[in-house]
Amino acid sequence: MNVALLAAALQPHGESSTAHDPGFPLLTSIVVVPVVFALCVALIPRSRPEVVKLVGFLGALSTGLLAVVCAIQFESGEAGFQFVSKHEWIREFGVSWHLGVDGISLFLVLLTGVLFPIALAGPKIHRDVKSYVAWMLVLEAERPGSFLALDLFVFFLFFELTLVPMYFIIGGWGYENRVYASLKFFLYTLFGSAFMLVGMIALVFLTATGDAPVTFDLVELAERQTLAASTARWIFLSFAIAFAVKVPLFPVHTWLPDAHTEAPTAGSVILAGVLLKLGTYGIVRFGLYLFPQASVDLAPLLLTLAVIGMIYGALVATVQKDLKRLVAYSSVAHLGFIVLGTFAFTTTGLSGGVLQMVNHGLSTGALFLLVGMIYERRHTRQIAELRGLQKSMPMLAAVFTVVMLSSIGLPGLNGFVGEFMILIGSFVTARWWAVVGTAGVILAALYLLWAYQRVFHGAPDEANSGLPDMTWGERAVMAPLIVLIVFLGVYPKPVLDRINPSVERLIGHVEQHSDYRQPTVAAEPESSH
Amino acid sequence: MNAAYFIPALPLAGFLILVFFGRRMGEPGAGWLATSAIGGSFLATLVTFADLWSQPADARSVTKGMFTWVASGALNVEAALLIDPLSITMCLFVTGVGTLIHLYSIGYMHGDERYSRFFVYLNLFAFSMLMLVLGDNMLVTFLGWEGVGACSYLLISFWFERESAAVAGKKAFVTNRVGDFGFMVAMFLVFSATGSLAYVDIGNAAHDLASVTAGGIALMLLLGACGKSAQLPLYVWLPDAMEGPTPVSALIHAATMVTAGVYLMARMNPVLHVAPGEVMTVIAVIGAATALFAATVACAQDDIKRVLAYSTISQLGFMFLAVGSGAYVAAIFHMVTHAFFKALLFLGSGSVIHGLHEEQDMKRMGGMRRFMPITAFTFIIGWLAIAGIPPFAGFWSKDDILLAAWDKSPVLWAVGLVTALLTAYYMTRQVILVFFGEKRWRRPAEAGTPDKDELTAPEPVAEAHGHSRDPHESPRTMTIPLVALAALSVVGGALNLPFGAANYLGQWLVPVFGDHHADVGDSTKVMLAVVAIIASVLGLLIARALWMRRAERPDLEPAVLKRAWGIDGLYATLFGTGGGLVAAGSAAFDKQVIDGAVNGSGNVVRLGGTYLRRLQTGYVRNYALGIAAGTVLILGWALLRVAA
Repeated sequence: MNVALLAAALQPHGESSTAHDPGFPLLTSIVVVPVVFALCVALIPRSRPEVVKLVGFLGALSTGLLAVVCAIQFESGEAGFQFVSKHEWIREFGVSWHLGVDGISLFLVLLTGVLFPIALAGPKIHRDVKSYVAWMLVLEAERPGSFLALDLFVFFLFFELTLVPMYFIIGGWGYENRVYASLKFFLYTLFGSAFMLVGMIALVFLTATGDAPVTFDLVELAERQTLAASTARWIFLSFAIAFAVKVPLFPVHTWLPDAHTEAPTAGSVILAGVLLKLGTYGIVRFGLYLFPQASVDLAPLLLTLAVIGMIYGALVATVQKDLKRLVAYSSVAHLGFIVLGTFAFTTTGLSGGVLQMVNHGLSTGALFLLVGMIYERRHTRQIAELRGLQKSMPMLAAVFTVVMLSSIGLPGLNGFVGEFMILIGSFVTARWWAVVGTAGVILAALYLLWAYQRVFHGAPDEANSGLPDMTWGERAVMAPLIVLIVFLGVYPKPVLDRINPSVERLIGHVEQHSDYRQPTVAAEPESSH
Repeated sequence: MNAAYFIPALPLAGFLILVFFGRRMGEPGAGWLATSAIGGSFLATLVTFADLWSQPADARSVTKGMFTWVASGALNVEAALLIDPLSITMCLFVTGVGTLIHLYSIGYMHGDERYSRFFVYLNLFAFSMLMLVLGDNMLVTFLGWEGVGACSYLLISFWFERESAAVAGKKAFVTNRVGDFGFMVAMFLVFSATGSLAYVDIGNAAHDLASVTAGGIALMLLLGACGKSAQLPLYVWLPDAMEGPTPVSALIHAATMVTAGVYLMARMNPVLHVAPGEVMTVIAVIGAATALFAATVACAQDDIKRVLAYSTISQLGFMFLAVGSGAYVAAIFHMVTHAFFKALLFLGSGSVIHGLHEEQDMKRMGGMRRFMPITAFTFIIGWLAIAGIPPFAGFWSKDDILLAAWDKSPVLWAVGLVTALLTAYYMTRQVILVFFGEKRWRRPAEAGTPDKDELTAPEPVAEAHGHSRDPHESPRTMTIPLVALAALSVVGGALNLPFGAANYLGQWLVPVFGDHHADVGDSTKVMLAVVAIIASVLGLLIARALWMRRAERPDLEPAVLKRAWGIDGLYATLFGTGGGLVAAGSAAFDKQVIDGAVNGSGNVVRLGGTYLRRLQTGYVRNYALGIAAGTVLILGWALLRVAA
């Protein structure tokens, strides 16, 4: 069935494709295909887990391929939304099924497409494979849904629906303390989005004046900018709270370590890889785009919280006793970087932030997979109980080293490019925040290397020797991630070429609707070598 | 000049091949492949050098572009190589000395269970180091800078089963990260002031920099350089880095990587030029202080490699002294000669350690010259070179630095002179303890007690040479590099002689550093040189008198020097314990306060619910009462409003 879809998608695109494309609904199919596969999974008998896994994997893979098609056909250098599809849904409230992709969302969709097949193929599942796979596929439909939505209503729908499958995945397939963690995750994020719901309704009805009808359309709302400054600030804050919980930003981050630690490996991979990006993406897409002046006004607050998170998350990570929890806290630190880049309001910083969303998804996803592999062998995540693993698992240790160095931000690997762009971009407009953030770079090395030393170095005791090294299957799972980690570190140009125009446009939009002006760096005339 | 691409490309290719096929190639195939890769890189450097030489002096700066690396907004960084006299000079000694050390490693790592892994790292290191010196902009240099740091980490903790090696590797990386903070902020400052990170653009824009900005950049670069080049206060990682295999100590922690800080400062000389004079003085003072400090510590070390490690710190201090005095050529000159003789000394010490079955304590050596004639002979040449005895290489380059220091301030010169004396002293002490005097290494065997150090030594190496307990000369792959480096340590000074137009290196580097000379008269020059020679000979003679007959002189090795003035311990308390407390405090705060508030509000809601539930009695009469009460209240409120 989806062969036909693919064939249709691969049709050469005419020039009209960038604007309103009446042809193949590529984006809609990215959202729908996993649902279709989830339904298929539901029809397979419970006694055939291997078929379930296969269908699930194929579903994730087809979605991934559609995302790849989308990336290939994406017009580089084009700033606006592409593959737009818009269908009226609830006319009374101006709600429409409005999807579109630009440089800011493209790679998050692609990241979703890459991580889901890996998450489904990699970690072993020990019980009720059928429900698990079905939930994962439902989750996969909702992820790109919220990245692609250009309608506030549709976005909020996907944003909230995400909670349901994630709640069940953590609660159903997690570790010892899973019930507490899943409930905390659910309530905490729900609490955040309650604010956004109120803000959203206020925004929609307060901007509907006279000849401007009620609408949930993002682009339409972004162009209106008719709110009073203080009103806009309050509504922006209500959005910011919801996204800050998702990011998570200090001090609303404590659901994350619990959710991460207790979730099954695949859950952690998806949680870190794509779910958290909903927060940072939301801030960019809905915060900056809808409330330019308010985001400029409140930038110092968010910058400060971001920088605190970077230092604080790293410090707390240093003393964690559970390897998975340590990685979870590293996420708090890393996502602080992204928020720093966002509120720097420079092309370099914001593009770096968008790139870093992808980078963090790859590196942290890979770290969680590796921690999961260690757990499968040793049945513990306690750093104190692990020791000298490099002796019996040189390959796993080598892969871990590469991923760790990527997470530390070693040049030549992906993490550095984003981190550097964020820091140098924010140094221009938010100098002291950037300097403190740069100090956070020191700490990242500290907690990861210390953990590595305790887990992999030293002479292994009896419990830690003779463990089997990575299987070929596990290598196959890690290989695409390692390839991407190296590729994005060496040659990020194809990605940046697509991110930059959209980011420039967004910053132009902010400049147009606020008193902020991006400073021009005292550039020498380009000396031609 | 396309040969330039091969300079970094060959070690990179070697690295990639070894990553995938290294284990299959095994010993010694992997070692030979790695050595050919870096050897080929040396040849490519020679070709590039000849090409550059044939150009007129003002055309000796060529950018070889490759691809756009990071471009966004105002930032546009190319992955490009800058071929100029400075970068090629660096490449020549990095690949030259590097090839010899690769060759040496083939023999040294014989029998190690991770033999091919070692060469994977070594080739990756060579690639990174070459990117560092060839980078056309600060970011490509930073790529190499971090790359060599990562390789250093991997190689220090190469024998990771040993706890001390694992700790040392981490310590090196983290300490260097403190320096990297400086490098990164320097890049940010440069970018926001000039809009570019390319050295050519920085050179063009430097005149227009505000003095304060240039000073800030210079200080931040200095912080970075202090980390990489192990200067005060960030030197602490280098002595511990000796946990790595000895070829690593020679290549990374003596000849090449640790000089990267000096290179960076020299490369950024247009900015340093604009910086306030005080900043230059800070650089010179840090260099002089480090040189003296490390030399005093080297006098009291017993571990053969730790003496050399502190000596390296001290010699790097000399190079910083030169940079701070504005004598970039002298710094580069000393960097090159130091690479020759210090690599020689490290490899020689490795040969001794090898011959004595992993013994590193000099107090248990002695009389080795009869058992290892080639090692002894070449080591003695290295000793004379570092001690500053003419006509060996070290004399000339050290003399250049002392001259520049005199020009800057006689106080700095005096510190340099005392350091030179101490250098001659501790090196003589080492040579005597290792190669002369009585054989102290037989004692444990004669006493029949098992050698404690030997038990903790890495198994394979000890095993491979454990047939006989007699020291023996090392294999050919190890002695050939020793001889080659000894030859270079003898003639290396000819690169830059202080006579007339014989300052070849200085002339060659004019396009990079300009044509500066220390403002010192000829008679003063000669006087200074004579004083320096007297100091060296004096140090040598004192050490000879003190150590030739006795190997134990506790009064000359006070504990405070053995512990390096306690600085390491102080850091451990300050940052280890203190930092640990801060981190533990943050974690407790996170758990108790922040998450406590979350769980607390959860509990409040739950408790509230428990109590409020009692209102839901299910009796209609209760609800009716509530409705009635509410109505009365609202009506009352409305009446009050109307009345008011």
